[in-house]
Amino acid sequence: MLTFIIRRLLTAIPTLVLISLIIFLLLDLAPGDPLADQPLSIPPEVRQKMRDALGLDSPAYIRYLLWAKQFFWVEPLYFIDWLVGTNFADGMQRIVSWQFRAPVFDIIVQRVPQTLWVVGLAYLVGVMIALPIGIISAYKQYSWFDQVGTFVSMIGFSVPPFFSGVLMIVFFAIMLPWFPSIYDTTLVVNDFESLGQQIRQMTLPVMVLALQTTAQLSRFMRASMLDNLNHDYVRTARAKGMTEKVVVLVHVLRNSLIPVVTVIALGIPSIFGGAIITEQIFKVNGLGQLLITAIYANDLPMVQTLAFIFAVLIVACNLIADMLYGLLDPRIRYD
Amino acid sequence: MPDTAMPILDVKGLETVFRTRGGDVHAVNSVDFHLRPGELLGVVGESGSGKSVTMMSLLRLLPSPPAEMRNGTVMFDGQDLLKISPEELRQVRGSRIGFIFQDPMTSLNPVYTVGFQLAEPLRAHLGMSKAEARARSVELLRLVGIPDPEQRLKDYPHQFSGGMRQRVMIAIALACDPKVLIADEPTTALDVTIQAQIIELVKDLRQKLGMAIIWITHDLGVIAGIADRVMVMYAGQVVEEGPVNEIFRDPQHPYTQALLKTVPAVRGPRAEKLQVIEGQPPIMHEAPDACSFRNRCKFAFDRCAEENPALAPVHMPGHRAACFLLDKASTKEPEAVHG
Repeated sequence: MLTFIIRRLLTAIPTLVLISLIIFLLLDLAPGDPLADQPLSIPPEVRQKMRDALGLDSPAYIRYLLWAKQFFWVEPLYFIDWLVGTNFADGMQRIVSWQFRAPVFDIIVQRVPQTLWVVGLAYLVGVMIALPIGIISAYKQYSWFDQVGTFVSMIGFSVPPFFSGVLMIVFFAIMLPWFPSIYDTTLVVNDFESLGQQIRQMTLPVMVLALQTTAQLSRFMRASMLDNLNHDYVRTARAKGMTEKVVVLVHVLRNSLIPVVTVIALGIPSIFGGAIITEQIFKVNGLGQLLITAIYANDLPMVQTLAFIFAVLIVACNLIADMLYGLLDPRIRYD
Repeated sequence: MPDTAMPILDVKGLETVFRTRGGDVHAVNSVDFHLRPGELLGVVGESGSGKSVTMMSLLRLLPSPPAEMRNGTVMFDGQDLLKISPEELRQVRGSRIGFIFQDPMTSLNPVYTVGFQLAEPLRAHLGMSKAEARARSVELLRLVGIPDPEQRLKDYPHQFSGGMRQRVMIAIALACDPKVLIADEPTTALDVTIQAQIIELVKDLRQKLGMAIIWITHDLGVIAGIADRVMVMYAGQVVEEGPVNEIFRDPQHPYTQALLKTVPAVRGPRAEKLQVIEGQPPIMHEAPDACSFRNRCKFAFDRCAEENPALAPVHMPGHRAACFLLDKASTKEPEAVHG
């Protein structure tokens, strides 16, 4: 297993270098001028100085290598400095957002908590609901529970969040004023009252996002359970006199989880990048919202860095999925 | 084997129906049989003759729906297995009646160790501790002839060969010292040399442990070698039963006769062509009110299409067959149906 992980980590390096290069080249091809939203009254020579200062006119490979150096060398040094209080970085140039005029990573660090709270929690809630639903639906196939589950999944699949989100706001924020319609980022949780407030403002976006996750995963779990329930080893377990609980939750479940765990692990990167629409609707200023505003503002360093972080997460979660696969299924051995 | 001993398992009028979209399929039609302590009953018949379904019906192992046990009683240890609660049935399964299935490649759970799967019935039925179950598991693996049992307990099913897996299945079935062992084509999925080993193993275990065995197979050679009694099934019915020598020496039912002819002779002149039974077994959509073998039977006559023959005794004790030809041959009227 260890050699497998090391081998995979080593092969990830060229993959990630290639991905970062492709992201960079695509952004370089895209039209748009980062200075376009500066006032027209700026004289051309000043504008040129600004361009020089940002390094916009240097050749593409120099700009790429500079970014790579900052991402892979300077930013980790800053991170170590922050962590243990050393001074390795010593004022080296960090990746700076053109739009915020602040280091990209400082802004990302500000935004991550909102994303984790809302999108991450929604994913967790979705998984926790989806797995039991999938198990029961499969075990009691075609029962009323299964039919209701199928119907709710169909809704979760077919109703996009920009519709279900607005619907939720209409029902639960306007008609029934139970929850706020806007997420207040400035809220500081320091007592039970503010905690309650935080939970209430998270409820609607979490529900909208969890519905999607639940719909997909419960279907997947159900299919995988159904597939396994008909296997011979299930009959053997019953013939051995095992209780139904043991048959389903010990024998069938572990086999059924093998493909589902992969799907769950591969879905984790989408927590960080995928909730753009829901974040917009509920005004949650998370990473999705950060990316979309950066794209509008032609903030290339921000877009480049965020896109690359997503790519790293996807590669990492692929590796985690493969490892879990090996842990759950003894037939798969990587050495 | 004394004929007088009280049967340990007594099945009467068993009927199993599969409810499908295309209508009901009558897989088992009023099957009667019994099993005496320590006896080995061979069950033979073509694929689809209802052998496995009959045996799985006994322990209600068929998925329901679609399967439905409509009628019958299965008396075992003073209980009717078709009537007792699921919890009571669970206590019979794997502890007093053991089951071995056809395909050892898929019958074990791939993600748990053999030790875990072997310990499960021991802990559930006999209330053993982990250590006790482990000690007994080692003993069981040794009993079924698996070398180095302490080490092999930690292995997963995919680390065993087919024959070894079937030995593990046998060990699981025998874990709680069952009175009855049902072996559903235990050697069909194995190659010939391994088949012989498994048959020898079961013979040997039967001597040591003395349980009664029901052995389902389509291999008549196997049956001739190990069975005390034989039951021939066709289209979900028992068409003939009797002591093994009787059945092979003097088969009464045309189906049994045809079945025995299909076995190629090893000695004597080489046959020009392998014998077959022409035609296909019927798809059992209708409740049987005629002889189900009549369309493939050389001797069929009018009555065969009108009534379904019942099992009736023929000249030797314990030998019964279900065919109208026997009425014709002897002047005796068919007697009581159940023996």
